[in-house]
Amino acid sequence: MGNRVVVTGMGVVSPNGIGIPAFLHAIQNGISGIKFMPHYHELKFSCQVAGMPDFKWDSLTNYISEVTLHGLKGTNIAYGLMAALDAWKDSGMDYDTDEPRWETGCVFGNSIADTEAMRNVINRVDNKEVKKLGSRVVEQAMNSGVTSYISGRLGFGNKVLTNSAACATGTQAILMGYEYIKHGYAKRMLVGSAEHVDTYVFGAFDSMRVLSRKFNDSPEKASRPMSATAGGFIPGSGAGALVLEDLDFALARGAKIYAEVLGGSTNSGGQRLGGTMTAASSAGVLRCINESLVSSNINPNQIDLISGHLTATNADRQEIQYWCDALDRRGDNFPTTNSLKSMIGHSLSAAGSIETVASILQIVHSFVHPNINLDDPNPEITKLVSVDSLPVKMIKKEVNIVAKANFGFGDVNSCLILSKFN
Amino acid sequence: MTRQEILNELKKVISPYTTNKEMLAQINEDTDLLKDLKINSANLVDIIIDAEAKYDIEIDYDEADKMMNVGSCIDVISEKIGQKQQ
Repeated sequence: MGNRVVVTGMGVVSPNGIGIPAFLHAIQNGISGIKFMPHYHELKFSCQVAGMPDFKWDSLTNYISEVTLHGLKGTNIAYGLMAALDAWKDSGMDYDTDEPRWETGCVFGNSIADTEAMRNVINRVDNKEVKKLGSRVVEQAMNSGVTSYISGRLGFGNKVLTNSAACATGTQAILMGYEYIKHGYAKRMLVGSAEHVDTYVFGAFDSMRVLSRKFNDSPEKASRPMSATAGGFIPGSGAGALVLEDLDFALARGAKIYAEVLGGSTNSGGQRLGGTMTAASSAGVLRCINESLVSSNINPNQIDLISGHLTATNADRQEIQYWCDALDRRGDNFPTTNSLKSMIGHSLSAAGSIETVASILQIVHSFVHPNINLDDPNPEITKLVSVDSLPVKMIKKEVNIVAKANFGFGDVNSCLILSKFN
Repeated sequence: MTRQEILNELKKVISPYTTNKEMLAQINEDTDLLKDLKINSANLVDIIIDAEAKYDIEIDYDEADKMMNVGSCIDVISEKIGQKQQ
């Protein structure tokens, strides 16, 4: 069986709200965080809108020392630090410690270091000015940059590691932290993920022709998961973080408990049987969802809400088909399903952690956030499931169990089962 | 530039790298950058780079190794400024 694992703190940096209160208000009211990006227009991108958090660097003075802030250029690190430290404070603990926190570790994921910040490095080296780079480049270029800044600030002494599994990164990080606590290797894990989709990464996706390009003059309508007019995803940036704790450990310190992580799975379709670098194989996804149900010891009919991957590409229909098949629920019996990406776009590595924060808020506050921009559902999708299962307005209802999944390039899958704490 | 003038300027160069502002206000030639000002040793490189830019001088690696306290920093900087003026 293993230890029970609960969520005791959350933090978020999202395009439609920074901090839990602002984010909760935004997702309850269907507020879009997608904005027109004049710079992308100048660069002749096809997609000229993005989900970019309204983040102020100065606000980090409340989180880290001015010495650490001086020379910090990595936007992904800044987002991750803020979400993680907010989650930590939310769990009722202090930042400062003289001794390492041996019982606490960190799994924080990300994809790519801030290449806009790294451009300065490339220019200096090419300019034969390598001596002027200084001491702060390596720590921000390394994949473990975010994790290192978070763990250093909070003095974590248990497992500290960085995961990367493309768009499945966030859910995978949470699952890894959950497994360490479940099996007794750590009492507490700070988990999550961060992403800053800079100009160069955005451009690379733009060139793949997978981004929405027909709504540049109405940005808030551009991200349209499951819609007949969905024409690609909108890149988003941000971070989500959660404090996971062994249940007894959390109860002993009188911690507030948001929800329980019942189980989950992460796997790959092996890029076989229809799976490729960029497409998930049905066999892999079905196994991942089924393993999640088994590890959580629930049956498919107990799922109240699916927080889908659902990016607004033609893979949406396929994903709904996978859920129908994995849960053997379809038509009127299909669970209520939503995609946070309709409001904030697809924040790649950060998607899973921000969406998990949203899932837990829906459990805690008994509501289902709307799918905005779903006034014209894809008929291929409504052939499979009832249109009533895809709400376009917020619904007030009890949400006991959420299935949260993400699927990433490399044919990697992650699924979490989250529950109201009983 | 007198040694006192360099010291006053050096305070500004060092300031972003120490949280110990009280100690920084009172530095003298014997103040140790690591022990007294609690500067992270990796940041000594950044202080040297900032000093090079401020005084328009070049400090090579061997000279940089000597810059462990305020007095030795002033030695190296004043020598480099002197060479520039020749």
